[in-house]
Amino acid sequence: MPKHMKRALLLLVAFAMLPTLLYGCTEGAETSSGDPTTAQSGELPKNGNSVTVGIANDLDSLDPHTATSAGTTEVLFNLFEGLVKASPNGEIIPAVASDYTVSDDALTYTFTLREGVTFHNGAPVTMEDVLYSLERCRGSENDGTPLVTVFGNISNLKAEGNQLILTLNQPSLEFIYSMTAAIIPAGSGQTITSNPVGTGPFQFVSYAPQDNMVMKKYDGYWNQEKAAHLDQVTFRIFTDANALVLSLQGGTLDLAIHQSSSTASTLENNFTIHQDTMKLVQALYINNAVKPFDDLRVRQAMYYAINVPEIIDFVSDGSGRATGTSMYPAREKYFVEELATAYQQDIDKAKELLADAGYPNGFEMTITVPSNYTPHVRTSEIIAQQLQEVGITAKVELVEWGSWVKDIYRGRDFEGTVCAIAAEDMTAQEMLERYVTDHRKNFISFSNQEYDQVVNTALTTLDEKEQVAQYKRAQEILNEQAASLWIQDLCDLVVMSRNLDGFTFYSTYVLDMSTIYYK
Amino acid sequence: MAKSVLKRALLLVVTLLLITVLAFIAFQIIPGDPTDSILGLEANEAQITSLRAQLGLDLPPWQRYWSWLSAFVTGDFGHSYSYSMPVTELLASRVGVTFTLATMAFVLIVVISIPLGILSARYEGGIVDRAATTLTQLSMSIPNFILGIGLYYVFSLLLRWFRPEYVPPSQGLGAHLWYMIVPALAAALPKSAMATKLLRGSILGEMGQDYIRTAYSKGNSKSSALWHHVLRNAMIPVVTFLAMALADIAAASIVVERVFGLPGLGQMLITSINNRDYPVVQAIVVLVAVIVVSCNFLADLLYRAMDPRIEGR
Amino acid sequence: MKKRNWYLTVGGFLTLTMVAYILVGVFWTPYNPSAINGADRYAPPSFLHPFGCDHLGRDIFSRTLEGASSTLTIAVAVLAVGFIFGLIIGALCGYYGGSADALIMRLCDTVTAFPSILLALVVIAIIGRGKYNIIAALGVLFIPSFSRLVRGEFLKQRDRDYVKSAKLMGVSNLRIIFIHILPNTWPVLLSGLTIGFNNAVLSEASMSYLGIGVSPSEPSLGYMLSDAQSVLFNAPWYTAFPALVVILLILGVGLIGEGIRSQMGVAS
Repeated sequence: MPKHMKRALLLLVAFAMLPTLLYGCTEGAETSSGDPTTAQSGELPKNGNSVTVGIANDLDSLDPHTATSAGTTEVLFNLFEGLVKASPNGEIIPAVASDYTVSDDALTYTFTLREGVTFHNGAPVTMEDVLYSLERCRGSENDGTPLVTVFGNISNLKAEGNQLILTLNQPSLEFIYSMTAAIIPAGSGQTITSNPVGTGPFQFVSYAPQDNMVMKKYDGYWNQEKAAHLDQVTFRIFTDANALVLSLQGGTLDLAIHQSSSTASTLENNFTIHQDTMKLVQALYINNAVKPFDDLRVRQAMYYAINVPEIIDFVSDGSGRATGTSMYPAREKYFVEELATAYQQDIDKAKELLADAGYPNGFEMTITVPSNYTPHVRTSEIIAQQLQEVGITAKVELVEWGSWVKDIYRGRDFEGTVCAIAAEDMTAQEMLERYVTDHRKNFISFSNQEYDQVVNTALTTLDEKEQVAQYKRAQEILNEQAASLWIQDLCDLVVMSRNLDGFTFYSTYVLDMSTIYYK
Repeated sequence: MAKSVLKRALLLVVTLLLITVLAFIAFQIIPGDPTDSILGLEANEAQITSLRAQLGLDLPPWQRYWSWLSAFVTGDFGHSYSYSMPVTELLASRVGVTFTLATMAFVLIVVISIPLGILSARYEGGIVDRAATTLTQLSMSIPNFILGIGLYYVFSLLLRWFRPEYVPPSQGLGAHLWYMIVPALAAALPKSAMATKLLRGSILGEMGQDYIRTAYSKGNSKSSALWHHVLRNAMIPVVTFLAMALADIAAASIVVERVFGLPGLGQMLITSINNRDYPVVQAIVVLVAVIVVSCNFLADLLYRAMDPRIEGR
Repeated sequence: MKKRNWYLTVGGFLTLTMVAYILVGVFWTPYNPSAINGADRYAPPSFLHPFGCDHLGRDIFSRTLEGASSTLTIAVAVLAVGFIFGLIIGALCGYYGGSADALIMRLCDTVTAFPSILLALVVIAIIGRGKYNIIAALGVLFIPSFSRLVRGEFLKQRDRDYVKSAKLMGVSNLRIIFIHILPNTWPVLLSGLTIGFNNAVLSEASMSYLGIGVSPSEPSLGYMLSDAQSVLFNAPWYTAFPALVVILLILGVGLIGEGIRSQMGVAS
């Protein structure tokens, strides 16, 4: 089964809301990077007890169908399940459905409802609940605007016995990734934000905005093999990342994710540190529509002027991964390793290109950065210094998040901006389709005919190999054209009490508490 | 007197109304939209339009303000955009945290500044005076978040006298109040410094007045003159200042709350401004304004009550 | 007399030192304040780097030299904005009184009770992003307190005999305000200014801490302090030294204010 696109929840710097100060990694820390890894010790997991987890962003909603921020998705994973769910390596595995099939034309999906799945309120999951949940995602409870955008592609949903048959308007191999949409009890849409009920390994206890969210083990979980070890989990919400670090220092937290190397290095004595990457692409995004950046030579000159390894050293303590294009290494299937090193710092070449373009003495530019996200501020400070060497004077300007969204991202009124673009699944579409000429999300106003064609082929083909090849070609074009200065996938650290074990990395935005246990 | 109090009370209402209008206008001016934080960056036009209609954001501004105001006077603060719960419910516990912080800080200011002010005035130029003046100047010079982090570091991390993490009242009122001492101290220190300075100056000013000189000449000792005559008058400006300091702490506790991770009004204000969560911001603005304005009002009343000379104005 | 001089002497000495420090920073810094250097990341204070280095290996001593002048510029400009508008508003309100005065004072109440961060965002939204937006934003916040201070002084002075006789002699109101009354209010305004300086420096730091500050390209001490928070445990010197410079700067001016106050016999 090919895997591509899931609900395209592209959380472009929803990260700004995500924690942390400086994402980086500590050398010498216990690491378990690479693909889905479960940090396991030899002993058998013990059940019981409770933990407190520090999270640096508030939950934007308890409604799994409308929650958008990455931090919320991570937490809600524990409460809710869809017909299918994500496995640690980003594959799709059956959940509330015991099985599913996809027709050859990629138009019809058939799911078989699993026996014996119950909601946290004890009621068994029926086909009525499934239909209700999916219809709700299609917009049945508002004015018909789909809550999950991709659900607009559904032409028909119907139940036959314990089978759900779903028909699409446009063929899509990637639609299965959207079927992780949570199954909730029929009619619970009105109360879900105050009393979220799902089928996950944990059930909701309480939530106080900006303060905490508590959940406890659900004893009736359908998959007893994967049942939670912990009895209770408290998420403590910190609106200030420094306050979170102080609490870690003080020893009142057992676990925190998305921590920085500077934090981690001061905690090594009492905590185990696990290392991963953020699964996003940080770049100096350049407005291709304004002078002088509409000139390919200028963009390339800038790419040759900067020193990516040095940036990674400073911002991620050397443990970020260079990308070179709009794709991150964790998506091995699509990632093109050579692109990461295609531009090596070469001051002479950069100067030459600038002179060709008519800027022998460089120029002045402004890099506008959202002020609430430290790694991006740092990166832009470093880039500004590096560009200085070829005569480009870059001024770093901080703006408040709301202005950034309105002026930079939506308004496209900028020269350069450092931010990160993320996706929560293993697909290529959301990372690449956005740079098609007229695409709504093409905030860098990149325009290239060949690119448009290549992406279009990738999107419409039913041949998986062809699709991968076309997506790779698309990435090469972005790199050749220096559409932006792609830098890195930032390093991501998990800080966990030495008493705990069982942390599982997912290749998507998931913080799976069910695997964690006391040693 | 009654008439002037009534007039002041009326002006108070006018000020409050002005503040709500200003807050509303502010939201018309600053860029950004509540739908950004609710739907995320990648929402499409249809989703945005649909949500805006649902929240009533498609109505003309004056109509929105009017519907907010008419609901507000009946005690309905509306629903938070980003937390999908009633604003009153959202703010209920936070008001308590901020109130506790402000009250404790206020008590600390009184406990610190009044004895220190009296002592340094009584022994003007002495060691206590010098030390107090230097310390007050110093504590007024430290940026408040540095002071907060410093206090946290010393008391909670090094000495371990306090739990290093916020203790909510649900874990025991005693423990909660105990934890709040350090944040309250962080909020109180700079104000205490100013109050000490003010009281010292005020006492010294009164001591120089003719009636005190007369008291001396009648054979009263310096201390007795201080206790019997000076303090009452010298306290007038200090009481005014204290009332305003209380208002100030309630309004400007943002930084302290942030450093200590307190779930108070200030934190909520910042987040809600970032989320463009207008109903929440408006409610907090009104709450804080009520505290500030009524503290000022109180200060004014006290001023009048304590100093008969002002009666006429 | 002796103790009064003590404040002025110490305050004057501190302030002169800080001014010298800033002046040096304008013409010379030992290193390029924004030059990054991988080898010196988190370097503790040493002979080469007296204040140590930050997370990007930048020399903190050089940065404070540069940052102090940004801070001073901002503080002085903020004061100028607040003071000039406050002076005009306060003088007119205090001198003329009446319903305009009542209305303007309510407005001042309103601004005081209004969350400063929201107000700063509004000002920035109106005048646009730019180098000095923080100055304008903070300046506005200072207008009410100066207005009130000036107004109070003018209220006291306007019924004095010298004002009455000036009026009888047919001196114009504006002349009375600025030539006759203003010089008499000077001692109070001067000590108000020193407190204002204190608050201006501190609020610039707080605003930076809350994310509305100056550009990292021209860091102020406040920006550096907020930047330093995230590496507090790795490079405590990055917090300590800029904080020290801020404290000395404020302390010097504060002590001078204290000196002036006792010299003139003004009780706050």
